[in-house]
Amino acid sequence: MQYDAGSYDVIVIGAGHAGSEAGLAAARVGAKTLMITINLDMVAFMPCNPSVGGPAKGIVVREIDALGGEMGKNIDKTHIQMRMLNTGKGPAVRALRAQADKFLYQQEMKKTIENEPNLTLIQGMVERLIVEDGVCNGVVTQTGATYKAKTVVITTGTFLRGEIILGELKYASGPNNQQPSIRLSEHLEELGFDLVRFKTGTPPRVNSHTIDYSKTEIQPGDEEPRAFSYETTKFITDQLPCWLTYTSLETHQIIDDNLHRSPMYSGMIKGTGPRYCPSIEDKVVRFNDKPRHQIFLEPEGRNTQEVYVQGLSTSLPEDVQRRILATIPGLENVQMMRAGYAIEYDAIVPTQLWPTLETKKVKNLYTAGQINGTSGYEEAAGQGLMAGINAGLNALGKEELILSRSEAYIGVLIDDLVTKGTNEPYRLLTSRAEYRLLLRHDNADLRLTEIGHKIGMIKEERYEKFLDKKAAVEAEKSRLQSIIIKPNEQTQEIIRQSGGTELKDGIRASDLLKRPEMNYSHIKLLAPSETELDNDVTEQVEIQIKYEGYIEKSLQQVDRLKKMENKKIPENIDYDAISGLANEARQKLKQVRPLSVAQASRISGVNPADVSILLVYLEQGKIARVSK
Amino acid sequence: MEYDTITAISTPMGEGAIAIVRISGDEALAISDKIYRGPKGKSLSEVESHTIHYGHLVDPRTGETVEEVMVSIMKGPKTFTREDVVEINCHGGLVSVNRVLQLVLSQGARLAEPGEFTKRAFLNGRIDLSQAEAVMDLIRAKTDRAMNVALSQMDGRLSKLIRKLRQEILETLAQVEVNIDYPEYDDVEEMTHRLFMDKAQYVRKEIEKLLQTSQQGKILREGLSTVIIGRPNVGKSSLLNSLVHENKAIVTDIPGTTRDVIEEYVNVRGVPLRLLDTAGIRETEDIVERIGVERSRAVLKEADLILLVLNYSDDLTPEDEMLFEAVKGMDVIVIVNKTDLPKKIKLEDVEELAGNGKVVTTSLLEDKGVNELEEAISSLFFEGNIEAGDMTYVSNSRHIALLGQAKQAVEDAILAIEAGTPVDLVQIDFTRTWELLGEIIGDSVHESLIDQLFSQFCLGK
Repeated sequence: MQYDAGSYDVIVIGAGHAGSEAGLAAARVGAKTLMITINLDMVAFMPCNPSVGGPAKGIVVREIDALGGEMGKNIDKTHIQMRMLNTGKGPAVRALRAQADKFLYQQEMKKTIENEPNLTLIQGMVERLIVEDGVCNGVVTQTGATYKAKTVVITTGTFLRGEIILGELKYASGPNNQQPSIRLSEHLEELGFDLVRFKTGTPPRVNSHTIDYSKTEIQPGDEEPRAFSYETTKFITDQLPCWLTYTSLETHQIIDDNLHRSPMYSGMIKGTGPRYCPSIEDKVVRFNDKPRHQIFLEPEGRNTQEVYVQGLSTSLPEDVQRRILATIPGLENVQMMRAGYAIEYDAIVPTQLWPTLETKKVKNLYTAGQINGTSGYEEAAGQGLMAGINAGLNALGKEELILSRSEAYIGVLIDDLVTKGTNEPYRLLTSRAEYRLLLRHDNADLRLTEIGHKIGMIKEERYEKFLDKKAAVEAEKSRLQSIIIKPNEQTQEIIRQSGGTELKDGIRASDLLKRPEMNYSHIKLLAPSETELDNDVTEQVEIQIKYEGYIEKSLQQVDRLKKMENKKIPENIDYDAISGLANEARQKLKQVRPLSVAQASRISGVNPADVSILLVYLEQGKIARVSK
Repeated sequence: MEYDTITAISTPMGEGAIAIVRISGDEALAISDKIYRGPKGKSLSEVESHTIHYGHLVDPRTGETVEEVMVSIMKGPKTFTREDVVEINCHGGLVSVNRVLQLVLSQGARLAEPGEFTKRAFLNGRIDLSQAEAVMDLIRAKTDRAMNVALSQMDGRLSKLIRKLRQEILETLAQVEVNIDYPEYDDVEEMTHRLFMDKAQYVRKEIEKLLQTSQQGKILREGLSTVIIGRPNVGKSSLLNSLVHENKAIVTDIPGTTRDVIEEYVNVRGVPLRLLDTAGIRETEDIVERIGVERSRAVLKEADLILLVLNYSDDLTPEDEMLFEAVKGMDVIVIVNKTDLPKKIKLEDVEELAGNGKVVTTSLLEDKGVNELEEAISSLFFEGNIEAGDMTYVSNSRHIALLGQAKQAVEDAILAIEAGTPVDLVQIDFTRTWELLGEIIGDSVHESLIDQLFSQFCLGK
């Protein structure tokens, strides 16, 4: 029996990492928003590893924060340790990673959502969308509740027709034995969406009391306080370590002997798994010359003894998992609390989306997160944020937001998905970003705060602080460009001590800073600033000056493509009417329907000649054949 | 800047005594000014639009004078592309026109893609609607053809070498990426500056080798080295004179710098011939006796093309057969000269001795058969599968230009390593090297790096 349960601007289905950001973002841009989740106890749940950040992903978290999202703040409040990775490398690839207290993380996120004005969080299972004339304007739950909305965001993660596979055992389930969402998946097919079957997996959890840590290596957090959010001022100081151990030849032997029982190899699993997150059986088979594989033991929280065995993702039967664990140094007598498993689920082919994450088939319907074929909490959160922002802006009749590849990793992620699609669960890697030197951890605020402020996600107070920082950076940069450092004894001494060659003449402070052995602290001694500058200001000054040449090169590259980015393709273009396009290119263009010529040129199968032809036709927008 | 500045050889390759290198774009005047030296030191940026100027082209890097030219200055928008256009009129022939093109490229212009001038004209509103279809066809046809030409012209060995080199670069790139994306992964060696330097220097050396050995490149720069041989009195001098006088000699009497050999350059239907040992032909007619002399053997060994001259009105002699023996396995064109005299030679025997070599009958005295000879030379060079079009230039120059850019990119990487720049920044230049090499063989897909990453290393949680 259906009943009218109210109406909203935006409805978000799901409350995982994508859903949480989507709901908060929609509410924060000013839309009256409803979040519906299958289980209220599972808000922002981490079904896989209890960690946030890392290369590329950590930068996404910073970007989410710069745009007014929640993930960064939430992990800052709930982590058990943080580390800055790649500190020995260039600034573009530095990345922060935190180990989460997964229970606290959930609680904290739920609290934030519950306290957000404009946002309602309820439990329920959505079975159907209300779609009239190709426009989505509401949802219907299992219990018949009908909610109306101007826009709807689906963030169902791995729940869509989810199936857990554990050895010979297979059953319908969402992650961590949650109720799967079956009707909604069927409904999406009825609406004409193409779905694919993907697979991912998780390792066993073990009881900390039963680990012999003396046989493992300690992996502590950084001593220096760290934070993802630009707003965080309180730092957690008592950190918990992780531990490193290895598989052994014995481990590999057991896996080899039991491969016939692995659902991966018996053909029971049909979904495509990610290459970057292979199961242990996959690693042993594909790299059988490796004598051992790393295993990280990660506490799942402060108030639990459960430890996540990173590196041992598997769908082998439970008894085999127990035997494998016993072959790992430190885990000889370990008690397995939960077995690892693989999960198969439906995802929609992401080329069915516009870069706003709205679907092409159904207007006012958005999808974000794992349903779009990605993997990872950060990838999900980044999309959730953008889908939430756009669903909100759209509902309010405002212009939507698309981030470019040169603005944010989130831009790279979404552009890759909607332009190229993916044939495995998609993970961000730094190498996917052609402008990674511009997309740094340290400058996420400089790249995105302005945008966040414009759409109402960033509050005035924070924005003022940001403007101050920006001004301070510029002022210090021009100061260093104008000061000449003379080759006096103090200067030469400092240069000698840092292993550089002595000055012959006076040199601009900024040029001296460009020398590889110099950093800002040297310059500070030689040319002290009148005001004490914040670390994040001096860091910015140092990076911008030191890597100016490379940054300049990247900016030129961006500039060269700008023209193509600005060449918009009308939505109603008729590719069949354009003679001269190669067949493959025509098919791909019709499928992806790129918004700009630059996007068209990134589609595989569209070659430069096709792009030229497209350009020529676009210049002749008046040609009747092109737009009907 | 709306568009970058492009350049290309705009005249069809071949017989023309004059060729035009066209430059279009915002930088066209500035680039021309960097290489142009007028008689009174005038600057091209200051001259009136739509005027033509005599002068010389000078390589600013070496100060060397490259060509004597007439330069047309046409400022936008009243030009073909509606941009500033400069047209450099230079001597025809592959060698000189290519040198001019390389010079322009070296000053920052980009080699135009097929049909790009026309495309710009169109995009800038110069061509009207009715011509749209033609432009499409042009782009499609030219691109496909350029691709074919590129593929067919590319020495199989060259493309194999480039593929191999790219794979090695890719492995290094993947290693660096793994270091970045999986910093805790202990199984892959940390890519240190020293390791990176070894790789970069190796790559640079390989690219330099490619630049040196690339046959097309060599011919474009140096001409097809050609030796005329034959018994005394068969007409070698006449042949030489005919080639030199019929065709415009580009450079004459350049003394060899390392050898005691006089060279002459001639342009036969766009094919540059560098005639070796012509002094010997002029001074004496006893070259037969000199076969067997070490020096001449060395000259023969260096030759890309042998023109073997026989006497139509004489029987084949043991000396003739000896000559055939000496040039076995080389590219030979056999010229049976003196058809103005009664026939004595057995052409079937000549054909048999010539094997795959082409046989042409001529009367140099009566100027007969010279066309056929030139046809034979040109078809040998272009392997008969390319019509006279500008594609040959483009794909050749394209390869050389790309190799040159790749070399520059790897040198940037080396400089960066020397300066102690973090590896992930060095990676930018090294990736560029890889991409540029990929453009030569038409393969620059970024995704393959990620594939490499996961096939080379065992990664993941």
